[in-house]
Amino acid sequence: MHTLMTVLGDTVVAAPALLVLLLGLTSLVGRPFGERTIGRLVHLLVGVGLAAAVALLIVMLIRGDRHVAIGLGNWVDIHSHSLHYHFAVKFLYDRLSVPFVILTFVLCGTIGQFGMKYMHREAGFNRFFTLYALFMLGMIVTSLAGTIETLFAGWELVGLSSAMLVAFYQERRSPVANGLRVWTVYRISDAALLFASVALHHMRGGGDFDGFLGDISWPEGVATLGPGQGFLVGSLLVVAAAGKSALIPFSGWLPRAMEGPTPSSAVFYGALSVHLGAFLLLRCSPILDLSWGLSAAVVALGLTSAIFAAFAGRVQTDIKSALSFASITQVGIIVAEIGAASLISIFWSPAVGQFLRYLTLIHILGHGCLRTLQFVRAPTLLHDYRLLENALGRHLPHETTLAEVVLPTGARTWFYRFALERGYLDSLLTKFVVAPVLFVFQACDAVERRAIERLAGERSLEEADAAPTGTLEELA
Amino acid sequence: MSELHLPFIEAAILIPLLGSLVISRVGDPQRARRWSAGFAGLAFVASVAAWQDYDWLQRGLHAGEHVLEVQDRWRLLERVFAHKVFTIDQLSAPLLPLGALLYFLTSVATLRTKIRRFSFAGMLFSEAVLLATFSTKSPPLIVGLMIVGTIPPFFELRSRGSTGRIYALHMVLFAAMLVGGWLGTRAAAQSGHTSAVAAGVLLGAMLIRGGVFPFHTWLVHLFERASFGTALLFVTPMVGAYGALRLALPVAPDEVLRGLGVASLFTAVYASGMALVQRDVRRFFCYLLLSHSALVFVGLEMVKPVGLTGALCVWLSVGLSLGGFGLVLRALESRRGRLSLREYQGLYEHTPSLAVGFILTGLASVGFPGTIGFIGSELLVDGAVETYPSIGLGVVVAAALNGIALVRAYFLLFTGTRYQSSVSLRIVPREQFALLSFMALIFIGGFVPQWGVISRYYAAEEILEAHDKIVHHNDHDDDDEDDDDDDEEDDLDDFEGEEWLFEDLD
Repeated sequence: MHTLMTVLGDTVVAAPALLVLLLGLTSLVGRPFGERTIGRLVHLLVGVGLAAAVALLIVMLIRGDRHVAIGLGNWVDIHSHSLHYHFAVKFLYDRLSVPFVILTFVLCGTIGQFGMKYMHREAGFNRFFTLYALFMLGMIVTSLAGTIETLFAGWELVGLSSAMLVAFYQERRSPVANGLRVWTVYRISDAALLFASVALHHMRGGGDFDGFLGDISWPEGVATLGPGQGFLVGSLLVVAAAGKSALIPFSGWLPRAMEGPTPSSAVFYGALSVHLGAFLLLRCSPILDLSWGLSAAVVALGLTSAIFAAFAGRVQTDIKSALSFASITQVGIIVAEIGAASLISIFWSPAVGQFLRYLTLIHILGHGCLRTLQFVRAPTLLHDYRLLENALGRHLPHETTLAEVVLPTGARTWFYRFALERGYLDSLLTKFVVAPVLFVFQACDAVERRAIERLAGERSLEEADAAPTGTLEELA
Repeated sequence: MSELHLPFIEAAILIPLLGSLVISRVGDPQRARRWSAGFAGLAFVASVAAWQDYDWLQRGLHAGEHVLEVQDRWRLLERVFAHKVFTIDQLSAPLLPLGALLYFLTSVATLRTKIRRFSFAGMLFSEAVLLATFSTKSPPLIVGLMIVGTIPPFFELRSRGSTGRIYALHMVLFAAMLVGGWLGTRAAAQSGHTSAVAAGVLLGAMLIRGGVFPFHTWLVHLFERASFGTALLFVTPMVGAYGALRLALPVAPDEVLRGLGVASLFTAVYASGMALVQRDVRRFFCYLLLSHSALVFVGLEMVKPVGLTGALCVWLSVGLSLGGFGLVLRALESRRGRLSLREYQGLYEHTPSLAVGFILTGLASVGFPGTIGFIGSELLVDGAVETYPSIGLGVVVAAALNGIALVRAYFLLFTGTRYQSSVSLRIVPREQFALLSFMALIFIGGFVPQWGVISRYYAAEEILEAHDKIVHHNDHDDDDEDDDDDDEEDDLDDFEGEEWLFEDLD
């Protein structure tokens, strides 16, 4: 039976990995598959992965196993008299990861089918599905990760594929600029997670979750770190989660990510990758239990993000942006639930806190499904509204809201401007973080150019002045 | 000492040297390119054979032994010079094929638009000098070869109309510090001590060669004025790191190393920020390379097993990834001339393979999971955290900024607009071969890193043992001056200056 579980577990990871390998290799050598072949491969491998995940769930339920670790060995293992260092590749199948994996396969499979029609005869069809496969692999690896290094590997794959998909319509500037912004936020988040990963590795001698969360099934783990260590690592994990899940102050990237094709917006930013931050906090929730201050900060972060997004979503003029803020609202509430669960565990009852974590997981699963549906419905929804208004012969009637009754006009205007500017978060980040950094380095660059010119005794060779190294006709 | 089965090392050095002489007489640039690829290919084969032969010999060691130095078969040059010339060990065995591969693929991937302005004869001569440098442990030879290696780029700068002044100033300073530092450490060793000042001067020379702030401007100027291929090949193998490991690390006190480690860390972060604001592709690449090279120095100067192993791993991964990355940029330049990062270029549709190569090799350099740089970066950060957490934070920040700069450059070069071209800009088979070779190594190293990491760990162990024996042994002697003089002299006999400087430690 254990062999069967190992085979099923390996299949869950191998299926998306094989899809990446096939689509990636053929693209690398310049011989991509046709649309039909790609479609078949996606159907087959997503189906196999989903079947293996469901079968594994059934086996675990029959056996009563709630915590199955399947190791693929050590990626790196150094054993000597002076050093013991290892990097394990381990996957964990438990009550958190298996539902998330099944959700991933279901939504990716749905969107894969949707995408085949949506992207039909699109110039970047192969590119889309290669990035889609990379994203799916990243999600599966992150969900199943049994070590923090494995989680980090999946995390990065998700980040890269997401940024590239935001910039999918790459012949226009706006998607590309937004793709870079998404990537920048992800790099900050990755840096925080990397530092947390290294700190954990350093503190516990390894990155296995069993090592620092206890060899107990989720959500019953107990962190084996000291309070100070837990606070440091927990803070880094919260920063990483905030970046990935578009919480304040990083919320600006999610609406901008709507530049990508609707299938990727639906499954990536609306349903799956936006929950990765919450998933990380759920996975490492025993660390949050070490510090009530950190847990309270998580609650505050979640609630603030939810309130902000609720305001901003109400003034959006396009459906996808509105939905993106709706996603942030729900993710904010989910994160607040995670923080609240930790506070309850600390001050009242660990059992109740654990129960709340189950609720949070259900919240994630339900929200993911709903948001995917809304996103893929979005293009036709606008069409439906137009039909409706054409039939009515006028715009749909406006319903008076509570805010219009209670708040004075000036206040409503202020809130409207605040929501329209998305809390001025982007402007603040640009003005007080990005611009000063760029200014400093641009100033250094100017100083260096002058210094080089003076030392070299000749002008700096800007690209406009350089003579071409050969003619294009020589290539013909 | 063990011997290789055939004189692979000398073959790897003499073949490109011979090739340089032959090609210098060939007038036709196309023929020169083909012949240089042939000679460089043979040198690569010989260097791989040396490496594999070394590995094979090492498997014959008893359990628990990992240290092996191997001489060349027949030792032809040793018979001429009556002095041990070429030996390879755990550190240098993989560096030979790395260096040879870079030269081979650069010559293979050179397009017609560049062959008139790129000196293949000079390239092969530089290759011979590089491989000779990596093949010797003899300090005077390392010193001499490192100085000789700086000459060809200077002549190329002059031939391209540049004064070469900034390059010459830095290289003269480098040579002076290198010779002065080496003589100082030798003199100190002869009196049975180590000299922190001399070791510092020696390390300083290596940092100039490696382009650590503020001695990095020569690198920027070299990339701006010399041919891309020459600049790439001069810097990517990181000869400065090799010199630091062979000459300076064994004798430098930990405090000197840590101080210079801070300077290297500052350079890594500074260069990563500078890469973010560049408007020219060559300068962008130069700063990216500077940042990575400085990270290697940070690891070298940590003198801890994990950090040093990470640095040696990153050295190899950066050599491969940035070597491939540089070739992609060179291929783009061959098509479009000097590339600007001021506006979007939109080249993806015309050069999709180069775009994919750009992003994959670039991400490998910043340690993306699944690529050869991932494990090395993790080890480096882990080692940095072990030394000082703030150093670890600096390494992480540098890596993050490099990643942002890289993707920014990708978007500017390949997206944002639609480029119109009347001729095909598609990758040609030679370039595809070079690019796929790099990517294969990047991914194989990424998915199966164990063997490479273990080999770097053993090399790190060997280096640290030598460092501990000399530096900490001499520290111990300074503390125990009242000990029996005879006992001290007996101990010091093992470390007489001339012996450890000119002979390999057995």
